[in-house]
Amino acid sequence: MSSTPPTGRSPDVYEEVQQSEEFGELRRTHRSFAFPLTVGFIAWYLLYVLLSNYAGGFMGTEVVGNINMAFVLGIAQFVTTFALAWWYARHAGAKLDPRSEQLKQDVESRLAGGSTEVGK
Amino acid sequence: MTGATTSALHMVAQSEPGEHRTLIVTLFSVFVAFTLAVTVWAGRKTKDATDFYAGGRSFTGFQNGLAISGDYMSAASFLGIAGAIALAGYDGFLYSIGFLVAWLVALMLVAEPLRNSGRFTMGDVLAFRMRQRPVRTAAGVSTIVVSIFYLLAQMVGAGALVALLLGITGEAGKNLIVVIVGLVMILYVTIGGMKGTTWVQIIKAVLLILGTLLITVLVLAKFDFNISQLLGAAADNSGKGSAFLEPGLRYGVDTTSKIDFISLGVALVLGTAGLPHILIRFYTVPTAQTARKSVLWAIGIIGGFYLMTIALGFGAAALIKQETIIESNPAGNTAAPLLAEEIGGGAGSTGGAILLAMISAVAFATILAVVAGLTLASSSSFAHDLYANVIRKGKATEKEEVAAARIAAIAIGAVAILLGVFAGSLNVAGLVALAFAVAASANLPTILYSLFWKRFTTQGALWSIYGGLFTSVFLVLFSPVVSGEEKSMWPGVDFQWFPLENPGLISIPAGFFLGWLGSVLSKDDDATGKKYAELEVRSLTGAGAH
Repeated sequence: MSSTPPTGRSPDVYEEVQQSEEFGELRRTHRSFAFPLTVGFIAWYLLYVLLSNYAGGFMGTEVVGNINMAFVLGIAQFVTTFALAWWYARHAGAKLDPRSEQLKQDVESRLAGGSTEVGK
Repeated sequence: MTGATTSALHMVAQSEPGEHRTLIVTLFSVFVAFTLAVTVWAGRKTKDATDFYAGGRSFTGFQNGLAISGDYMSAASFLGIAGAIALAGYDGFLYSIGFLVAWLVALMLVAEPLRNSGRFTMGDVLAFRMRQRPVRTAAGVSTIVVSIFYLLAQMVGAGALVALLLGITGEAGKNLIVVIVGLVMILYVTIGGMKGTTWVQIIKAVLLILGTLLITVLVLAKFDFNISQLLGAAADNSGKGSAFLEPGLRYGVDTTSKIDFISLGVALVLGTAGLPHILIRFYTVPTAQTARKSVLWAIGIIGGFYLMTIALGFGAAALIKQETIIESNPAGNTAAPLLAEEIGGGAGSTGGAILLAMISAVAFATILAVVAGLTLASSSSFAHDLYANVIRKGKATEKEEVAAARIAAIAIGAVAILLGVFAGSLNVAGLVALAFAVAASANLPTILYSLFWKRFTTQGALWSIYGGLFTSVFLVLFSPVVSGEEKSMWPGVDFQWFPLENPGLISIPAGFFLGWLGSVLSKDDDATGKKYAELEVRSLTGAGAH
């Protein structure tokens, strides 16, 4: 497959970048954060759904006045959603944005540089 | 003087039970006139395809966050969830939680890569590394099907509102309103494009939040801002006691309904990131970082809004008799407006009439704006995916493409009007949940595979989209939603054999499985290698983004 002659110059640059150490690190930084977290919040949400279904007694436990466990856990879903969104934004701003900006400039300068050097 | 005016108003209100009609129509007309003016202004600034499809990519994160919220907080959220809580208590709560948690999928996996690698539609991302024509055709078809399901929900909501609020019992009157809603929506989309539609969403989102906030504060004030007291009153007034506050009233009846609950939950949480009218919103901002910011704003705004719908739903249950809610609309869709009237002083009072009129006008505005967003998404996909890239094979000029989008908007508007005319009294939150199930089954697997799985192929994409689409629509067709039960679309006939109302539990895994199977069984490796390298680098870095 990789021996197929390239149709244009740009895919070459993209392939090189894709293979690069820096890009691998960017991909890892994104995936190792987003993938487990996605599995985590979906599991946490499904746990809540299943508890609602099959743990009526537990969910009906009163916590304060008429506020029961079901209500508290429901509100907890709101809280965790806000918290995870904030956490992702912080992670992306600190770890992803600087790397992706660097790589973007790299790709764009190579694409531009390439076309002036070898331009047909 | 003021007292005299008030009592005069009061008398009018009492002598004419439909007094609030005038107010509703006035408020709604003001909204329509104002938003149309904004649309015309935006239309003048709409010069090329990027303006029409993506609002010139000129919106800020906050503006787009509001617009996303406007697109998302549909009649289903506002009327449907409040109604579901008012009638089923705690079980209505699940909708809001699923609808909100779903945004994390969009935030972490979809919004930024989509913004970086596409131009105008969901099909752009899918077609990036695949064979254009078949994949764009599939993306266009599923975009239009999902949007039509969603449109149906909005139009059912409009029908329910019209019947209650304007006191119009005749079919002709109701149909007239639906036609007006449809025509205004067509004007928004054809004149204003994405720019106009985005501003309509922003205006509507602000009005909806302010209106909901007002009612929420008034409800909470009635219970001394004590949530426990509100819940207690809701439980007592519902006649169901503490069971009203516990899971199980609607979905805990038997094993089937419990599985239905899980199916619904899965569809809600996975559907959002596959909704075409939400996805195209990510193109209206300049960069992936702004797309992220807009989702963050949206999560805050939508989360706050859903927290308020809880107060609305339990407030309606606490202050209005269950029979009154059901009598007004069997699915509960009018619980929120009824609550507004009650909290303002009750039926026949001036305060009640004013609040009812305000909330109803906001609800109409909501329906109008969401319908416009859906129409824009489906007409964009028709013009950009089907017309320009499939029918004209990429040879259409930008002008022709935008003209096709405008014509498609008129056609889809006509379909929406017809749906509104024939729509029944299903719970709109339930209907929207179906749209979510179709989106999660047909769109989400392909989007995620395209972005993150190197070995995904054209065949995989087609199997996933058509397979997910077919499975979900097929199962709905033979579910209690369509036939066999009193609350079905066709209650008179019975060809139901699939027991669940929501197909997600079967159709979403089917979509993911078929995408995988189609890919590993493909003979051509068209999708691997260079094109994926380009997509991956672009989607993560934003290099070469439009």
